Amino acid sequence: MNKIVLGLALGAVLGAFDGMTAWFTPEARAEIVGIVVGSTVKGIIAGVLIGVFARKVHSLALGIVFGLAVGLILAFLVAYLQHGYYFQIMLPGGMVGLIVGYATQKYGPVTQPRRA
Amino acid sequence: MKSLSHRVVARLQAGMQLPDLNGTRYNLLRYLAGGGMGSVWLAEDTLLKRRVALKVLDLAAPADDLDVRLLSEARILAGLEHPGIVPVHDAGTLADGRAFCCMKYVEGQTLAQHIATLKLPDRLRLLQRIAEPLDFAHARGFIHRDLKPDNVMIGAFGEVLVMDWGLAKVGVSSLEAGETEIATAVQPMQNSLPATGQGRVLGTRGYMSPEQARGDIEVDYRTDIFSLGAILTFMLTGSAPGELPAASGRMPRPMRAICEKAMAADPNARYQSAAELTADLAHYLTGAPVSAYSESLLERAGRIYAQHRTAVALVSVYLFMRLLFILLARR
Repeated sequence: MNKIVLGLALGAVLGAFDGMTAWFTPEARAEIVGIVVGSTVKGIIAGVLIGVFARKVHSLALGIVFGLAVGLILAFLVAYLQHGYYFQIMLPGGMVGLIVGYATQKYGPVTQPRRA
Repeated sequence: MKSLSHRVVARLQAGMQLPDLNGTRYNLLRYLAGGGMGSVWLAEDTLLKRRVALKVLDLAAPADDLDVRLLSEARILAGLEHPGIVPVHDAGTLADGRAFCCMKYVEGQTLAQHIATLKLPDRLRLLQRIAEPLDFAHARGFIHRDLKPDNVMIGAFGEVLVMDWGLAKVGVSSLEAGETEIATAVQPMQNSLPATGQGRVLGTRGYMSPEQARGDIEVDYRTDIFSLGAILTFMLTGSAPGELPAASGRMPRPMRAICEKAMAADPNARYQSAAELTADLAHYLTGAPVSAYSESLLERAGRIYAQHRTAVALVSVYLFMRLLFILLARR
């Protein structure tokens, strides 16, 4: 599994799981499907971006920082559109980005630069 | 008549041992080591201006065909060009009738000295490097038959050299049938090697396989696999093999299984090549399961956890945080 596919898969799974936890918030339960779909799409976008970064840059520290940043930015946009819940959305979002950033640097085949 | 003191006798004996290098291009520098069949001297090659190790027999007409054995060692080494096998430069007979063999002078440490400061992974990587030249030799049909820590030197730049091929013999190549040309090419040399017949035991106790200790004629390259297992045991426990159950108490179970498989009494139960043994060591080093050991479910979980400790910790933190959010939302 290459780093982009790994990032995509991990982002999708964690994003979906992240969305499903909204079921435990009574006021959000009615919109659970939309939240899960939105959260999954957010996870996929973050995963692909982080996967592409991991393919280009081979650094665990930079991968984690980039993952965290992407997760936080996307989560911020979601929270901004919802006009609230910044902490509840951005903390897990950042965490998901961090995990995907770590995983894509640590696992998946390292691509060698092409020679002329 | 006045008797000579022990000191004078020792000096005279040392003087008698001195090889007569007249007519050769070597200058004697100093004594390096001695063994049952001869001694090793540091010498200077006056033509090439380099230091070499001269292995010289003690007697001009030794028993047990030692001169033939020394020449066969030189021929075997000449046929095994590998960075992990000490190269031979010259061989012949000195003016005093003693056979000699001129080899590369290796400055470094013995295996026992070198491993004192190494950690477990480095020790395993070192054994992999010892196995490389053996695998090379086996593929060409040669068996060392005297592998032990004393016969492994670590050079000043970390190079690993397998020494003392004096008991080596030509066996059956470990290569597949399609690649047996090399072994076939060296078969004529086998005729010149001194025979080691039934009941004649050559090797070092503790490091030699049971079949070799019995004096079996038909020992094959798997006798070296046993010795590799014995060296691995020594490297991990610091104890000589034969004490494996007592000394291996601190050894991780997969490692103990690798040692036991390599040192199995039945050659068929051992690793069938040095490469197979090093592959299992590589698996152990990377946290993968080893072929010699069937782990329980709990051990498997522990190994996977150890392999992915950070990832497991990150996911655990995430799940804990999620749980905390759920609990807070319910209040």
